[in-house]
Amino acid sequence: MSTTKVEQRERDILGVSAIRPDGAAKVTGDFSFTSDMNAENMLWGATLRSPHPYARIVSIDTSRALALPGVHCVITADDVPGKPTYGLISSDQPVFARDYVRYMGEPVAALAADHPETCRRALALIDIEYEVLKPLTNAEDAIAGSFPPIHPDGNIIRHQRIVRGDQSATGPIIVEGEYEIGMQDQAFLGLEAALAIPDSHGKGVELHVATQWLHEDLGQISACLDLPPQNVRLILGGVGGAFGAREDISLQVHCCLLALKAGRPIKMQYGREESFFGHVHRHPAKIFMRHYAQSDGRIIKIEARFVFDGGAYTSTSPAVLINGITHTQGPYKCDNATVDGWAIRTNNPPCGAMRGFGVVQACFAHESQMDKIATAAGLSAVDVRLINAMETGDTLITGQAMESIAPVARCIIETDHIPLPAPLAANAHELLLPGGSGLTASASHIVRGVGWGVSMKNLMYSEGFDDFATARCSIKEGVVYLKFATSEVGQGFVTLAPQIARSVLGLDDVVVEPIDTQIGSAGSTSASRQTWMSGGAVDGACRLVREQIFQHVGKQNNIDPLRLVIEGTDIIDQIGTFRIAVREAIDGLSISETFEHHHKPTEELDENGQGNCHTAFAFVAHRAVVDVDPELGLVKVVQIATAQDVGRVLNPLSALGQIEGGIAQGLGLAVMEEIVIQDGKVRNPSFTDYLLPTTLDAPDVVAKMIEEYEPQAPLGAKGIGEPPCISVTPAIVAAIRDAIAKDLHRIPVRPQDICL
Amino acid sequence: MSMNEFYTLNVNGQSMQVQDSWVGESLLYVLRERLGLPGSKGACEQGECGSCTVLLDGQAVCSCLVMAATAVDSTIVTVEGLDAHGAELTDVQDAFVQQGAVQCGFCTPGLIVAIHHLLDENPQPSELEVKEAISGNICRCTGYGRIFAAVEQAVAVRKASHTS
Repeated sequence: MSTTKVEQRERDILGVSAIRPDGAAKVTGDFSFTSDMNAENMLWGATLRSPHPYARIVSIDTSRALALPGVHCVITADDVPGKPTYGLISSDQPVFARDYVRYMGEPVAALAADHPETCRRALALIDIEYEVLKPLTNAEDAIAGSFPPIHPDGNIIRHQRIVRGDQSATGPIIVEGEYEIGMQDQAFLGLEAALAIPDSHGKGVELHVATQWLHEDLGQISACLDLPPQNVRLILGGVGGAFGAREDISLQVHCCLLALKAGRPIKMQYGREESFFGHVHRHPAKIFMRHYAQSDGRIIKIEARFVFDGGAYTSTSPAVLINGITHTQGPYKCDNATVDGWAIRTNNPPCGAMRGFGVVQACFAHESQMDKIATAAGLSAVDVRLINAMETGDTLITGQAMESIAPVARCIIETDHIPLPAPLAANAHELLLPGGSGLTASASHIVRGVGWGVSMKNLMYSEGFDDFATARCSIKEGVVYLKFATSEVGQGFVTLAPQIARSVLGLDDVVVEPIDTQIGSAGSTSASRQTWMSGGAVDGACRLVREQIFQHVGKQNNIDPLRLVIEGTDIIDQIGTFRIAVREAIDGLSISETFEHHHKPTEELDENGQGNCHTAFAFVAHRAVVDVDPELGLVKVVQIATAQDVGRVLNPLSALGQIEGGIAQGLGLAVMEEIVIQDGKVRNPSFTDYLLPTTLDAPDVVAKMIEEYEPQAPLGAKGIGEPPCISVTPAIVAAIRDAIAKDLHRIPVRPQDICL
Repeated sequence: MSMNEFYTLNVNGQSMQVQDSWVGESLLYVLRERLGLPGSKGACEQGECGSCTVLLDGQAVCSCLVMAATAVDSTIVTVEGLDAHGAELTDVQDAFVQQGAVQCGFCTPGLIVAIHHLLDENPQPSELEVKEAISGNICRCTGYGRIFAAVEQAVAVRKASHTS
């Protein structure tokens, strides 16, 4: 444990550890999460879900539920006035199932009642007759075409190949493996919640919701409600974490429909079990990879096949697939590649966005392969990665040039310089042993291992999507007001945005206005993009305001405005001696400017997977040290050393929080977290059976931030949210392999994978 | 479902009447939905995550697992009732804010209560004692590093105030 020395901060500008403006409210319980909101005359909403992975709906009878005292209305597919389906990329997911249910947990009906317990009882009184069908649960059956379509759009969501370079190239080293990634849950703590308030005429609705992307929700919701978008107002409720799970619609449409039907405010909140069914998960995947390398370990060619199980509906599967296959090479040079990628529809739970978005899966495979190359070439885990390390200017397997700063070798070397932890003491406390206080392991049986993982992650959206961000900066009576629709999900954009304004304007009083749809889109809080995109928008808006201040001051004092700059909290003439406090200079001024930040355009991939499809990239190295009990199959992650390419550190404390938090999630995927599916049915939808890392599982994290200013980024800073969780997982698995000398090709690594 | 009856809970030093309540309601539900104290959070309904931690007769418990009507003779303290001794924040709350232990903040009230309970019983806990004491409080954002740092700060502040 180490306390970060609290800096004496003169001003909370860029580069210092400004503290969260919502921190005091969050520690006292005053902060209002969406689930904390109430309204006068409010009813509770609840959802009825399919118990079957695949079935035909023969009949629905809601009469017994409606007759229960306290129940106000029940709605089904027949009550959706507008578009019957929604979806982020393809609108193929029904608001309520009509003819078929295609996954366990698919919504079939919803109702409003006076008490959550009335809701629970009423749900049990909705009579649905199902004709149960044999589910499609094996993605290979869909690829082979041996299973009839389970959806009008077919069973193949997307197929994409990458073909580059010399297809006949070979080499003296050939290593291959089949890798499997289990289904991970985002497991944010703040469960799905929303409060919908209908307007008095039933022609509009105000929705307070915990989401990652207000404007995308708005478009999908208004289409389903058949209301003009201006009649639907979305306001960000307090968000208790997201990690990708709030990018898709969950309860938004249901809640609005109930509110409009009942004519009263409706509050919906999922319990933990329902949450497991109510949002998309990380794609389970099977990946085959074969690497051809020179005898010195240099990669010649990669052949790979990816199969992502997208579950019943499209969500973001097409984009996850592209992220996965375009990161086949990882952060390494590679001239020749043949990659075949599939995203498949099955009757398993729908999968979509989760932190790392397709790259997590690819990274586990390519890093496992790198260790096999190292063994074959007689190299260390560090040297095989250094000899192949990508650099700025290299050409990717998509033909795209690596234009981002790419300090891959530096990340590896700096990580390698971090001291290893002390060996496990013979008398170590039981809590330090694998398995913890169960006293199951004996220190004398524990073996230690060390493993490596290095990764590359694209930042922002890809394939031609213009995911711009909008921000407004206003000054009034000496105070700066910032307005944006950027979802604050815990990452700290509400801390960063005022830091930007203070740095640009030299003013310290900054207010973040309510986050809602009363301004243009900010895009999604995902893809490590908001510091770059919304940060760029806030920076741009503040610069426009600053120009006007300079014009004003220049005119007043007869100085060319181009000579004026901000120094601290003053405006100074770079050439002369003029100096005035910004506060004083803006006295009486009222300025408001809006700015949209767009990143450079990207392209779709062609049929050979060639094209400049990504915007920018970030890199990171992880080294894991683990203690393993080989007989009991228990693992304790002792230390994670990491050096991450961040461009520029804007808030050291926030950056460290992202790194440590991401590492914990990657640790979860490595050794404990998996939604277990059997014949399409989820077997462990609870925190009792889906295990998350606790304080006793948390390793010591030693982190270095590699600062090489990224010229393409508006603030010089790269997104830092996703990289921490990507290569830490293969690093931990490699460390377990190192400890027990056994091939492990599946994550999470379970006790039986180690000891049997 | 209403019984037109009431019972009284002693919460944060106040007697509070719970009216028209269904007898099966958990303490967490009653605190949040009937007594206007939404600081305690619900995230698992099974006593696994600790977000709903409150002090019941001085013991840290998961309020989602306590039936409210059984707590009538107990003293209940929630995150809203922690004594900051006239300051805006308690030492633990201030340490959380200063050390970056808060991200989304959903687990935070439960952790604050659990750490107050720990430090009131054991003002100088070892690193392992801290980890064990709060191992029932799941945080999905921070990876716990900054939470450990916050506990360390709170311990140091208490030590300094005792020796001065």
